[in-house]
Amino acid sequence: MDKLLEIDNLRTEIEGAGAPTRAVDGISLDIERGETFALVGESGCGKSMTALSLMRLLPEAGHIAGGSVRIDGKDLLALPESEMRDQRGRRIAMIFQEPGTSLNAVMTVGRQIEEVLERHLGLAGEVSRARAQSLLEAVGVPDAARRLGEYPFQLSGGLKQRAMIAMALAAEPDILVADEPTTALDVTIQSQVLDLLKQLQADRGMAILLITHDLGIVSGMAKRVAVMYAGELVEVASRDAFFSDPQHPYSRKLFASLPGAGRRGEELAVIPGQVPPLNTAFHGCRFADRCDFVHARCRDESPGWTCLPDGHAVRCHWVEDRQKGIATRGMDAPRATFAGAAKAPLAAGDGKALLKVTELKVHFPIRKGVFKKTVGQVKAVDGVSLEVASGRTLALVGESGCGKTTVGKAILQLIRPTSGEVLFDGVDLVQLRGEALRTRRREFQIIFQDPYASLNPRLRVEDILLEGMSALGVGAGGESRRQRLNQLLDQVGLPQSALARYPHEFSGGQRQRIAIARALAVEPRLIICDEPTSALDVSVQAQILNLLARLQRELGLAYLFITHNLAVVEYLAHEVAVMYLGRIVERGTADEVLGSPKHPYTQALLSAVPRIDAGAARAVIKLEGELPSPVNPPSGCHFHPRCRDVMPECRTQYPGVTALSATRRVSCWLHAGKT
Amino acid sequence: MTMPVLLLTDALILLLLAGVVGYFYFVSRRPQMRATWMRVTESPSGMAALVVLFAYLVVGLLDSVHYRPVLEAKDPKAATVYSVEVLSLLDVLASPLRERQERTYSAPFDTRAYSKETIEIPGTDGAPGKQVREFPRLQFGGVHLALESERDRDILVTALRGFSLAFALWLALAALLSAVLARGSAISSSETMRRIWRGETRVPWSAVLIMLGLLLAIGGPVITLCTRYHVLGTDKVGQDVMYLALKSIRTGLVIGTLTTLVLLPLAVVAGVTAGYFRGWVDDVVQYVYTTLNSIPGVLLIAASVLLMQVYIDTHPDLFPTSVQRADLRLLFLCIILGLTSWTGLARLLRGEVLKLREFEYVQAAQAFGVGHSRIISRHILPNVMHVVLISLVLDFSGLVLAEAVLSYVGVGVDPSMTSFGTMINAARLEMGREPMVWWSLAAAFVFMFVLVLAANLFADSVRDAFDPRIRVRGPAMQKG
Repeated sequence: MDKLLEIDNLRTEIEGAGAPTRAVDGISLDIERGETFALVGESGCGKSMTALSLMRLLPEAGHIAGGSVRIDGKDLLALPESEMRDQRGRRIAMIFQEPGTSLNAVMTVGRQIEEVLERHLGLAGEVSRARAQSLLEAVGVPDAARRLGEYPFQLSGGLKQRAMIAMALAAEPDILVADEPTTALDVTIQSQVLDLLKQLQADRGMAILLITHDLGIVSGMAKRVAVMYAGELVEVASRDAFFSDPQHPYSRKLFASLPGAGRRGEELAVIPGQVPPLNTAFHGCRFADRCDFVHARCRDESPGWTCLPDGHAVRCHWVEDRQKGIATRGMDAPRATFAGAAKAPLAAGDGKALLKVTELKVHFPIRKGVFKKTVGQVKAVDGVSLEVASGRTLALVGESGCGKTTVGKAILQLIRPTSGEVLFDGVDLVQLRGEALRTRRREFQIIFQDPYASLNPRLRVEDILLEGMSALGVGAGGESRRQRLNQLLDQVGLPQSALARYPHEFSGGQRQRIAIARALAVEPRLIICDEPTSALDVSVQAQILNLLARLQRELGLAYLFITHNLAVVEYLAHEVAVMYLGRIVERGTADEVLGSPKHPYTQALLSAVPRIDAGAARAVIKLEGELPSPVNPPSGCHFHPRCRDVMPECRTQYPGVTALSATRRVSCWLHAGKT
Repeated sequence: MTMPVLLLTDALILLLLAGVVGYFYFVSRRPQMRATWMRVTESPSGMAALVVLFAYLVVGLLDSVHYRPVLEAKDPKAATVYSVEVLSLLDVLASPLRERQERTYSAPFDTRAYSKETIEIPGTDGAPGKQVREFPRLQFGGVHLALESERDRDILVTALRGFSLAFALWLALAALLSAVLARGSAISSSETMRRIWRGETRVPWSAVLIMLGLLLAIGGPVITLCTRYHVLGTDKVGQDVMYLALKSIRTGLVIGTLTTLVLLPLAVVAGVTAGYFRGWVDDVVQYVYTTLNSIPGVLLIAASVLLMQVYIDTHPDLFPTSVQRADLRLLFLCIILGLTSWTGLARLLRGEVLKLREFEYVQAAQAFGVGHSRIISRHILPNVMHVVLISLVLDFSGLVLAEAVLSYVGVGVDPSMTSFGTMINAARLEMGREPMVWWSLAAAFVFMFVLVLAANLFADSVRDAFDPRIRVRGPAMQKG
């Protein structure tokens, strides 16, 4: 195959206070015509900077320090800016992570696509309009003619990303750089967009450089894979070789830290420490400090490439030694270390219901006009019933906008429910007011998604942890509280010296530990975890999940785990409830719901999750369209417009709850009357 | 003995000064806030502006220590009688300027008046005297000169003397600075000096020294010259314009700072409660500031000042001296300005708090059952302080300019009080005169321009250091 894109020893630096940050430090790779090449790594490894360097769209402080980027032999880095503009979009195009901010809000979608057509193909007027329409149709935007005249705010997230792809494809580029193209999208929309990319690639024969942190996506899309760590590539391999036999200790750790059903009851592997700052001068291997197989040579000699069969190359002394047959200490240990993860069985709990929510409703009135008359209701939560047993985990699963976070806040009484009961230990929290509610607050706490927004930047960790204790009068006075603080830090694995420091001095994972310690400070029995790991990297996510599981075993905590990440659910949930547009459509034990989903929505959701073990072809159930608005939900079953098994009664009446077993409930006409 | 007089505005300035000192003490104990303020001191333009502001501040503070001198009694046994004239420390220091009053206009550095007068020349030896129309010699300006033709040389010599004094002072200050900086470190003070000039110090001391040098280079000659000449000329009633300009500084500073004292609590309380509680509180606050904003500000101020004037006129017994009367009017003007200009900051704060209250750490505090007042004081207020600070520093220059406009329109400070606005107002009519009387206006313009420019430059560096949106630029790019 001919090489389309050749990157040779590309180096990009970002100026800042002190030494320049070498975000990309000597990357070489080739991409062939028509192949998908995936670049994988944790955040802070320089993946996005690589993409921006290719496009020469670096931020002001950044500059390319050396190397070459050739497309068909033409060096992009040597071109003057005016000629580079001809290349961007025509030869090499890019789609960004956040569809909300990558389209111009004051230009119609059609105009933005036509701009590319005018610039690169010289099309104008009717011709260009017709072309833009056919592009939108090609990326699967329904009713393309009307959408051309619409503004980005009128499109949903998935449609915006499609429009962005249409723009990138407008001038038929040879290479598409996709920087985390689906990270901001829901699973079902993600699978739509990935399918679209695959199909477009097959039709047009363009190459895709896919940048992602999700190994599941890589497995489904890529032909070849490169792993990036601290500004350089550490492993390049074909997809099959990479997934069947990853070589670099970092790649292996990435796999081992992925949660999933297969790892239930095991402790996930964690990579200790974090990606080193890229403005340090590296001497040995950059991964040495976090590596299990580190030996003296790793510390003072940077490893070169070791080539294995089939173009598989690894940058690691350990692999090199093994290749040469040199025995090194600890060399045979690895398999054992990877396979025999420490057993950490899920807590059993005593099964007694701690939290019982019945017919919870949260409606937000929509007010209009001078007198703020209520003209409608956003039914964010519309009759949710669930139970959490003490010492166990209930996972509440659903796409964004389905109301799962609102359920969590309504249980905590942060948002007052419109109606329904929240029985905590037999006491209805909805009826409690003032002091009575305040004293109860000790027993249920919350952990939020974004560890950066959930800690007040102006308070020291000590003040953050003490806040709950002093508000709820936990622990009497100075000395006992101080002991408690130390105990809390031990529990979440932070050093004692953390107390006097401010949140900004900690990494994302450490901040999440602080947030957990804050919740634990008042000795709650129930913790509502609102997507606690979705802002974290895989290896850090593993640390937090291990911590949560350990705390549950040791302290007998009950979790209401709100998430959209099904792999996490499979790993730690006892029970699962699936939510769609304000209502629970299916609930039961984790094995029941995830093993044999009954509701068509659950089935579609599960099949849409990208999986690594996709060797065997999976039938992905495609969901058409997107989540409807909770202001005006569809008549009958809310899911019927997207359901493949739709029946006449689905359109007229919402299905009742059918009990399929002692633990299992489903709301679907398919199963009604099958008790 | 003299009788100290504490004017209302003096007291408030002291209060403000104490507040500022207290704030910086508080900051010095918080590493994070100290680091932010340290960033302000890293900006060369900000530090240079601070030197200028500091010079203004010294003049303003000197002019804020008032007293009534004792009248010399003919009978030593009589009770001490105090003068009705209230003087400030600045008046004493600038008494050569204050006391050397001509009859009317004279141009800068001139030795003669600006308009011809009829002068009687007494006849010699019994011969009848005759009347001549000519430009009379000034009573004070250049009066030491035997020959008027020597004036230019005399000015040059005097200026050079002032300049060399200033230069010596500057050298001493620079040496003192490097000695202070070198103290406690292993580096010699000459090495420190070299580092300062190479720009290797964290705080741009070279910018500070250059600005200080510039100020001294202007100030030195002016001080030596102004004892002999009217450096900036005289006004209609013969007062030295330099003196008027110096007196105006206090008025400008008082307006700029005391107004914020009035504005701040209103804006913070209204903005934060509206944003935090939403609902009807928000409706009320929004209604109030929308209504207030739709009334023309000048109209409201004019009406209030007139009301105040009537009150002052009907209660003359409350004010022993005219200065106290003028002072009350100044204070009242500050209050009125504050009452009409809090809306902008309140609006900003409301928006910021609306955003903050949805932050997860606020919700975490709510989940602990922490009370509203505690959430506001611990989680909301510290996180909007940068908005308050930035807008206060930015507002300062706007308020100084507003005073000039209001006094020009005639609803500003008391006519007997010197301010940039009254100076401009007085100079206005003479602009049409031929030859033009330009120096009053020019002096007011230059003094005000320098003050506002320095305030704006300083505000810029404060904003650069405090605004999180400007700060995120560096680290945010390293994503991915």
